[in-house]
Formats: sequence, structure tokens, C-alpha cells
Amino acid sequence: MCGIAGFLTDGIGPSHAAVLRAMLRKIRHRGPDETGLHLIGPAALGHTRLSIIDVAGGAQPMHNEDDSLWIVFNGEIFNYVELGAELLARGHALLTRSDTEVILHLFEELGEDCVSRLNGQWAFAIWNTRNRTLFLSRDRLGVRPLFYTSIPGAFVFASEVKALFAYPGVDRGLDLRALDEIFTFWHTLPPRTAFQRISELPPGHSAWVTNGHVSVKSYWDLPYAPPEAPSNGAGEEDRYAEELSSLLEDATRLRLRSDVPVGAYLSGGLDSSIIASLAQRTGIARLRTFSVRFEDNELDEGAFQNDTVRFLETDHQHVRCSNRDIARVFPDVVWHAEKPLVRTGPAPLQILSGLVRENGYKVVLTGEGADEMLGGYDIFKEVKIRAFWAAHPDSRLRPLLLKRLYPYLPQIQSQQPAYLRAFFHIDPADTCSPFFSHLPRWRVTSKLKSLLSPAVTAELAGYDSLAALEAMLPAAYSGWDPFTRAQYLEARYLLPGYILSSQGDRVAMAHSVEGRFPFLDHRIAEFAARLPARLKMKALNEKYLLKRCARRLVPESVLKRPKQPYRAPDARSFFCAAAPDYVDELLSPARLRKDGIFNPDAVQKLVEKARRGGVTGAADNMAVVGVISTELLDDKFIKSFTARS
Amino acid sequence: MAQIEETLRSFVIDNFLFGKSDGLSDHTSFIAHGVIDSTGMLELIGFLGTQFGITLSDEEIVPENLDSIRQLARFVERKLSENNMGAESCMQALSN
Repeated sequence: MCGIAGFLTDGIGPSHAAVLRAMLRKIRHRGPDETGLHLIGPAALGHTRLSIIDVAGGAQPMHNEDDSLWIVFNGEIFNYVELGAELLARGHALLTRSDTEVILHLFEELGEDCVSRLNGQWAFAIWNTRNRTLFLSRDRLGVRPLFYTSIPGAFVFASEVKALFAYPGVDRGLDLRALDEIFTFWHTLPPRTAFQRISELPPGHSAWVTNGHVSVKSYWDLPYAPPEAPSNGAGEEDRYAEELSSLLEDATRLRLRSDVPVGAYLSGGLDSSIIASLAQRTGIARLRTFSVRFEDNELDEGAFQNDTVRFLETDHQHVRCSNRDIARVFPDVVWHAEKPLVRTGPAPLQILSGLVRENGYKVVLTGEGADEMLGGYDIFKEVKIRAFWAAHPDSRLRPLLLKRLYPYLPQIQSQQPAYLRAFFHIDPADTCSPFFSHLPRWRVTSKLKSLLSPAVTAELAGYDSLAALEAMLPAAYSGWDPFTRAQYLEARYLLPGYILSSQGDRVAMAHSVEGRFPFLDHRIAEFAARLPARLKMKALNEKYLLKRCARRLVPESVLKRPKQPYRAPDARSFFCAAAPDYVDELLSPARLRKDGIFNPDAVQKLVEKARRGGVTGAADNMAVVGVISTELLDDKFIKSFTARS
Repeated sequence: MAQIEETLRSFVIDNFLFGKSDGLSDHTSFIAHGVIDSTGMLELIGFLGTQFGITLSDEEIVPENLDSIRQLARFVERKLSENNMGAESCMQALSN
């Protein structure tokens, strides 16, 4: 796992090495073990290395046999052993044991199609000295980040935006449409980022840069099918369960390939417990596991974490995260996330990656991806219930299912059917929406936009983020059932845009820790896409097939526990006793007026409410986090951006 | 009635609209305009209790009673009179 940076420009001079070094300094946290750079013709390629595979021989930038191809690569190709054997058999000379070299030789053979053979998580750039083209690629599901921009006379790319800003002439400005999107979906719509003129290469895409022209193309998407065919017999479930078990075992086995020790996160939930169990069965005698706990009992999952630790007999450590801890690290979290956040969820995970690193570990397995691929999220249940209720809007019994779905939300438990119907959009007009599943969530989040200043609101007038998303959807989307559509929206957009980035890569790499995600092996994603929905969620039993596969892998208590979404304390982190001073400073009317993003009077009302403990709902909590994170982002990246290691 | 409406209006604007009253008329539907979410309902019901001493039964928590400033004010007035609160008590509640 590493960081990459580079550029193409007119001629290479001595100062270009200094520029590349400055870019690499900004992402040193991604690869503190080694730095490498290579200037050749118009191309400059740089790399910060976190040495994991072929520690001695895997330095980058790396070249092929005749120096015609040069690569910088961030990530892991887990099937590099098998691919390397194939390449050797076809006459390639491999000089190292690294996965990086395998990509290079595969590219020699297959060109851009080389990515179809890769099982892994990657962002890489290959410079071809012969035809002077640059090839960029990002993994299928967006585990690893890759950003780029074009300015007069240069094309610049890097693992993180902050490295792009170190290139002279790359301007820094917040993209207001990104604010609109984040204050609706929690993420931007790729290629948009939080910054003007900075693009991200979307997951499952590659790009060619030739003579200053950038051509981006999709090479993979989640292959969801039209509404499922009827069951094909009594043995169907057994066959699917067997296939999933076998895929999971192999995905975990491949992700244990490393020349440094591999640990695992344990959240106390089903998914991470399964992965830890498989890792232990597949070869690690006594797995090191790590978890985060909360001082708030309502959010703490320590009891279930301990159940798994006892069951698997792992060597476990946890870090306890207080509300104040979240506020304390939050500015650094925003620096790493590089976008406004509406939840504090990334903060505890950044503290957790610190624990991993303190213990000398660089690599952890996690359970991310199971909820998206195999039907775990409450939103999937919610859409089933809402569709069921919408068929008979006057039913008195159907609303009770929603109460059963959210036992931990008092505001839902106490609602009368008429209000539940309104809040959950049980309306025939809404059932026709392509976004039926997500309308309640997005409308609550959109309330944040009423805090924006009149100038920003005027600037955004006429921009419809839902229409922008609708224009991006694949043609087949309209033929999918609401459950599949919801899965696609989660897996294609929220997963890379928030879960794997703000809550994944960025906060793990903040402490130079690489996450590996067996559930995101593309074979499992493809299997899950063709798995009938009834086997993902049977009635309202989430991850039905996965639970079947997990029977002997995890403790009974974890297998049978109700699904608990990962949540961290939001507004109360910033308004607790001894909250850091920056909170008052950022939220002061004078500061807000000067920055011009938010309406100071509106924010003041929110702050007053928060100070008297009145911020309890999702919208207000997201508003507090949204304002603070946006102001931090504006401060760190626009106003006072400095060279920082 | 006018004073009750004003008290309710201030509460709704300060708590749910971040102080921005743009477009909120006495007849604006809280549901249709996304003024109140599920948590907001609990806040509103709590406010009716602390400000006016009104306790709502489950059957009373319906949009017909609570979905606009005007509906709310009528409902509050009716509840106060059901509770035999005289004008003086009303004024006392409003001045709290």
C-alpha cells in the first residue's frame, strides 16, 4: 500500500524533481518506508512506499525489461502469484517477487485489458516511453483513490488531492455543487470531488492521457440482473451457500498474502467476525485483532467483540473512544478525508488505525462490503417494507414493520401511522421514483442545505443533484426491482464515496495502515449480483445466505444478534464538556460571515440548540458535523494550505 | 389565538428552520414542505407539554391536529379549553 503522484508536462527540468518531491511529501503518510521518483521525457512518476510484498525488491517506480514502460502503483494484486507463473510460462523475465511487476508485464501483453485479470485493490499509472501515453486505472469497487487535474501545459495525478495542490498552478477552490451533492447523498458524484477542477477516476474506470487529452472509460460495473427467475429447485440454496463459502475462503486466503503480519478488525458484527474466523482457519495460528469501543453504551459493541475474541481465541486489543476524542481528531480526519463529512464515523476508525500501527501492524482485514453485496443494510429492509406498505397505504398493521426495523430509534417507535407514512414517503408518486429506496434518507440530509448562505444558495439554484445522478445510471437500472436498485446505489456510490474512502482508505492510511476487504473480491461482487434477492434477504432476515455460511464460524450470539449499524456520537462530540477550542472559533458568526459558505444566523440557531442539548435527530446532527467539517476543509485546503509532511 | 400562533411560529422557525421563516405561512404543511422530521415530531410534542401543559394521546398525534401553524394553534386552543384553562392560565403559559 502506498501513495502515487506524478505529472506530464512540457519538458523535464531540475525544478520538476523538486515539485514531485513536494507532492510526495503531502502523501508521505501513505508510504513512510521509502520514496522513489523517476523523470523521463515529459513524465514524472513518484511513489511513497508502505512495504508489504517483496520488501527488499519492490521499490518503485518500476520498469519493464527494456525500460519502455514505467509504473507507479498503490494497492495490492492478490493473485500476483498465479499471474506471475503465467507470465513466466509465456517467456517474461520477472526480476522481483512483487505484484507491481506483474501488472507491468500483463500490460505489455494485454494493454488496457490487463485489469480484467487483476484480483485486487489498485490505483496505478503506467508511462509508455515509446508512444508517450499515460495509462491510469482504479480498481473495480473504488478501494484505492486516484485524482487528477489538467492545467495549461500539464496533466497532474495523485492518490490524494493535497498532493495535486502542491503542483504549481493548480488552483484551490471548493466546488459548490459538491456541497449540494454531499448534503444530499453524503458523497460527490464521480468524477466530481469537493474541489473545483479536480476529478477522481471513478471506480471500475481507466484513462488514457495522450497529448494532453484525457479519455476515461469504464471497464467494469456491478452486473445486476433483471428481476430474478423463480427458484430452480430444492438444492438451490445449498449450491449458492457452498459457492459463497468457497469464494469467501479463497478471497480471504488471497488477502493473507503478505511479507508482513496481517491483523484484523473486529467490530462485534457478523462480517468482521466471519473474516477473522476465516483468516484464522486459513493459516494464522493466533490472529491479532483490533477494535474500537465507545464510552456511550448505546453505541458500544464491546460485549459482542469479546464474544468473538473468546470464540476465536484471538490476541485482541481495543481502544476506547470518548466524545472528546472524536472532536480532538476531527480536524485531522477532515484533512485526510478531503471532503465535507456529515457523520463523525471516520474519526473513531482513524483512532483505531492508530492502535494498529502502534502495535507494529501495517495490514488489516475487515468486513467492509458484506452489507452492500449480500443485503445487510436497514435501507434494504426499509425499501421492502415501504413498497409492501405503499401497496396498501391505509393498512394499520404494515407500519408496525417499520417500528420493528428501528427498535433503537425512539422517534420512530412513538410515531403514529399517519406520520410514519409521511416520513417514509408511502406515497404512490414516490414509488415511481428511481430513488424510492433512498428518498427518506436524502430528504433528511438535504435539510442541511437550508444552512447555506444566500450567495451559495443562489449559486446552486437550478442545480438538481438527483437529476445529475439519474443521468449517470446504467440503462438496465430501470428494469431492476427496488431492492436491487437500492443495492446498486449503495454499492456503486456510497461504498466508494464514503465507506471505502472517508471511513476506509483515508483514515487507515492516516496511520499508514492498509485495509483488505475479502467481501470486495470482485468474484464475490459478481456472485452477489446474480444471487436472487430472496437469498440475500429472506423476508426481513438480512444477509440470509451469509448467515447460513457463518454457522460454525462465529459465536451464536453474533450470528443471532440484530443488525446494529456502525454509529459514532455526532453533535455531542463537539458540544461536550472540554470540547476543543476550535469548535467555538469555527462556528462564530464573524468567522462564518467572513467565509461566506453558511448563513451565520441560521448556524447560530443550530448552535444554540446544540448547546442546550436539543440536537437529537439525524438532520440536526448531520448539520452540525456538516458545518464544522466544511469550515475545516475550507480552512485547511483553501485558506491556509501549507506544505505539510 | 394570535398569541398562541406566534409562540408556535417562533418555536417552529427557531427549532426546525434554523431561524429562517421564508415561505412559512400559517397554512404551510409541515409534512409536505419537509419542515418536521420524525425527531421534530417528538420535539414538537415535548414543546406542547412544557409550554402549554398539554399531553397528547396517540389518537391525537395526527396531521389534522399538528401539520401547520394554524392547525396546531386550533388544537392547542381546544386542548387548553378542554383542560378548563381560563384566559389567565393561557396567558401564563404563553409568558413562560
